[in-house]
Amino acid sequence: MAEVAVNRRGFLSASAAAAAGGVLGGSATAEPEMAPASAPGQLPVALDVNGRRHQLVVDSRRTLLDLLREDLGLTGAKKGCDHGQCGACTVLVNGRRVLSCLTLAVAVTGEVSTIEGLAAVDGELHPMQAAFVAEDAFQCGYCTPGQILSAIACVSERHANSTAEIREYMSGNICRCAAYPHIVTAIARAKAQMEA
Amino acid sequence: MRPFAYVRADSADRAIAASTPGARFLAGGTTLLDLMKLDVMRPERVVDINGLSDRYGQIEANDEGVFLGALVRMAEAAQHPRILADYPVIAQSLRFAASPQLRNMATLGGNVLQRTRCSYFRNSGVGSCNKREPGSGCAAIDGVNRKHAVLGVSPHCIATYAGDLAQALIALSAVVAISGPDGDRRIAFDQLHRLPGDRPELETTLAPAELITGFWVPAGAWTRRSLYLKVRDREAYEFALSSAAVALDVADGAVREARIGLGGVATIPWRARAAEEALKGQPMTAANADAAAGTAFAEAQTRFDNAYKPELGRRTLVRALLAAAALEV
Repeated sequence: MAEVAVNRRGFLSASAAAAAGGVLGGSATAEPEMAPASAPGQLPVALDVNGRRHQLVVDSRRTLLDLLREDLGLTGAKKGCDHGQCGACTVLVNGRRVLSCLTLAVAVTGEVSTIEGLAAVDGELHPMQAAFVAEDAFQCGYCTPGQILSAIACVSERHANSTAEIREYMSGNICRCAAYPHIVTAIARAKAQMEA
Repeated sequence: MRPFAYVRADSADRAIAASTPGARFLAGGTTLLDLMKLDVMRPERVVDINGLSDRYGQIEANDEGVFLGALVRMAEAAQHPRILADYPVIAQSLRFAASPQLRNMATLGGNVLQRTRCSYFRNSGVGSCNKREPGSGCAAIDGVNRKHAVLGVSPHCIATYAGDLAQALIALSAVVAISGPDGDRRIAFDQLHRLPGDRPELETTLAPAELITGFWVPAGAWTRRSLYLKVRDREAYEFALSSAAVALDVADGAVREARIGLGGVATIPWRARAAEEALKGQPMTAANADAAAGTAFAEAQTRFDNAYKPELGRRTLVRALLAAAALEV
């Protein structure tokens, strides 16, 4: 779980991972059926996230979501249910929306896009982000990164042609605050800009 | 999640060779990862077969039928032009299943092998389950069983088969292509799943290390006049309470051939052959559809919470039959 790339965030996450590794090693004795830390469960992984390559060594159990959040410090993708039911962890892999909580990090091939990579370098928001702000398409905001990534894919898949179609093709993203009407409006607004 | 060894395979032969006892194949992972987190599935080794997508991730259609590679993603098959036009029941069964994210991830091979959503199976802390712990009993039979099966049940298991695509494939008499340690073989789709009987933990006839590589769906006069009707608690992103995959060959006002798969009501993908026979040669009137649908549920066995299912299933099938007969093809 140590990141090889040299930067401040990587250094911090590598330190945190090393500390966590010590704790996990200790717990192995408490659960005898657990394989020792030297089991063939530590694997190298090379991931392209938001245009930047990361090389890490991760446990085979590491999900893409946990890797993003805990190893790379990209906490935009959220852990809601952790079982593929709520959509809060939605990211794009090669432009397709997937659930990072049900994706093994070692199995990822291709470019990962998260909410952190959407805005332009000058800070200008992606049209979908801007539309969510303009339409007030959230309350607590916890599901919003997943909603926005899913919404971008909804438009690029050409499944945003009517309110009914947007609702159907956004059904994998649950909003506990029930901001759905504004989410639908935001997607329709962003669609016009994305396709312009 | 328990530790496991991760192996990436780049050919079917290597995947099969790597599939040692206690191993599981990983494709979309949407069932496997979910159930590993719940500690219901505990593979010692995970064999990643996504590297086989070039070979087994294709859809090939011709006048004889369509071959669906096992690693085709649900979303790809659901929007394939030939499937939309010529096998609408397949496209609809996929589109009405899961969420867009899950459909981007999940493969067709994994989809037909998905495990039941029975709460007692999924929740290792509550109640007994003969699928999860063979011989431990079935908490669902006298428990909360509103969503449980009424067809193909046994005193040891009433867990509903949760998938949708399988109903379309069984109705269309699909063939399953399988590779294994002893070579390749093909079986009829209705030979893939096993009734729970007294061994509910044995869900398929696949031998250890065998891998589904694809599905052959033969074209027929009924494949275009086909649809999937799914009745559920909410309109999107939900499993079926009852569903019907229907394909009809209708000529001169009479049914020449009817193909029917039922979902949400049975322990395995369910072919309603008696109902198909009852319709043969008959005009598709409401009365005939109703009589045929009645035969499909003649042997239903209900429990406390799911007593509504035979009637819901019957009405689902009637509506599907009448809608299919009315299609412009």
